[in-house]
Amino acid sequence: MTTIGILALQGAVREHAVAVEKCGARAVAVKSVEDLQNIDGLILPGGESTTMRRLIDTYDMMKQLKRFISLDKPVFGTCAGLILLARTIEGSDESHIGMMDIVVRRNSYGRQVNSFETALEIKDVGNDFPGVFIRAPHIISVDEGVEILCEHDGRIVMARQDCLLACAFHPELTDDTRVMAYFVKMVRASIIARIKH
Amino acid sequence: MTKKVGTVLVKRGMAEMQKGGVIMDVVNAEQARIAEKAGAVAVMALERVPSDIRKAGGVARMADPTIVEEVMKAVSIPVMAKARIGHIVEARILEAMGVDYIDESEVLTPADEEYHILKSSFTVPFVCGCRDLGEAARRIGEGAAMLRTKGEPGTGNIVEAVRHMRKVNAQVRRVVAMNEDELMTEAKLLGAPYEILLQIKKNGRLPVVNFAAGGVATPADAALMMELGADGVFVGSGIFKSENPAAFAKAIVEATTHYQDYKLLAEISKNIGTPMTGLEMSSLTPADRMQDRGW
Repeated sequence: MTTIGILALQGAVREHAVAVEKCGARAVAVKSVEDLQNIDGLILPGGESTTMRRLIDTYDMMKQLKRFISLDKPVFGTCAGLILLARTIEGSDESHIGMMDIVVRRNSYGRQVNSFETALEIKDVGNDFPGVFIRAPHIISVDEGVEILCEHDGRIVMARQDCLLACAFHPELTDDTRVMAYFVKMVRASIIARIKH
Repeated sequence: MTKKVGTVLVKRGMAEMQKGGVIMDVVNAEQARIAEKAGAVAVMALERVPSDIRKAGGVARMADPTIVEEVMKAVSIPVMAKARIGHIVEARILEAMGVDYIDESEVLTPADEEYHILKSSFTVPFVCGCRDLGEAARRIGEGAAMLRTKGEPGTGNIVEAVRHMRKVNAQVRRVVAMNEDELMTEAKLLGAPYEILLQIKKNGRLPVVNFAAGGVATPADAALMMELGADGVFVGSGIFKSENPAAFAKAIVEATTHYQDYKLLAEISKNIGTPMTGLEMSSLTPADRMQDRGW
């Protein structure tokens, strides 16, 4: 069975697990390097990116997370997860995992009182997707090779680069599983590609 | 496409993102930076931590806006602040300043001894304390998007937080196991809105996250509360009243994430210095008990 890990250092882990299982895959919590061994895909959930980074470093997970991506295993980052994946974070000299060729701005809509819900049109996923933006980042720019999947109000809020998928909003907080189904499909395709290889 | 701010989903979702994390009380920018560096998911900006509020006596009010602003400028993680129970205007001021979450808190002296704030009428989300499911459900009914145990703030004694977490969770389990035709009477007995109990029965859990608060002083205390089902931990006096705040802050963050890794808990509890001095509950007079504030 397709097994998808959810980085469970901090953040909205349970919601992602529910969505993964609704899409017919198995969800497991990833708390250590060993947990990365037996999963086909990984979700970096929403939460506080600075907290997650601190805990990634404390447990020496960074090298193995990068290795996981270099094996072409799919990774899906939502909100804080998007920040972890980005090569460049505006106003900071340092990135985290940094393997997706995008530039992001943290808290780009302002503080919590500016957090909002809106309907999104997402390429290859569909229309009227409930977008929940909570102290959300947005993607300022993307390099060649990165496909923009969704824009809202002139801002890029979802993109894909090969096995990396990232969005600024929280599909896991809604009952709509279309975005998760898209990711599960990516994971299944990567398993088949590896078998053929 | 229209944007909707301050929706139930956006407010509750914000609290969901804090899960598994530690929210730390701070009184200035320097402490806020120590908390952020240690991996706190948010800070609570205050004029005094609860143990100092206890010592100072008198009326405890919303913090000076200068302190809240100083903290907001110092860190990029969310900033919470406390308003007095029922003090609508303190809450509106904090909302206007752009704080990310308001704690309608029994740590401050209540402004209203009968009514809480109608939290659903605000764009900013609220967290409230609870000792049992009746109190928890009333606060959710008023629009709280996050709960925490009351515990007994500023004591460094975990016993009351344990009591409150166990009680709420036992009552939730009871509601989930009940027949639907028993819920109205249960609502009457608990003093809880019927609709909230229906939601709990349907979803098998509270509709908002419930953090531990009030007495967390050590990494083991934080892990204990997670073991008992807390979604995360508030630490008030426990960090900046300890001997080595930076070490305590970091250790409590790690303990909250890895609360079931006991070997690791032993490691992170080593050489972090002395925790805050604790207070025995029997030494408190009824007037000292902050947890009895709230209705």
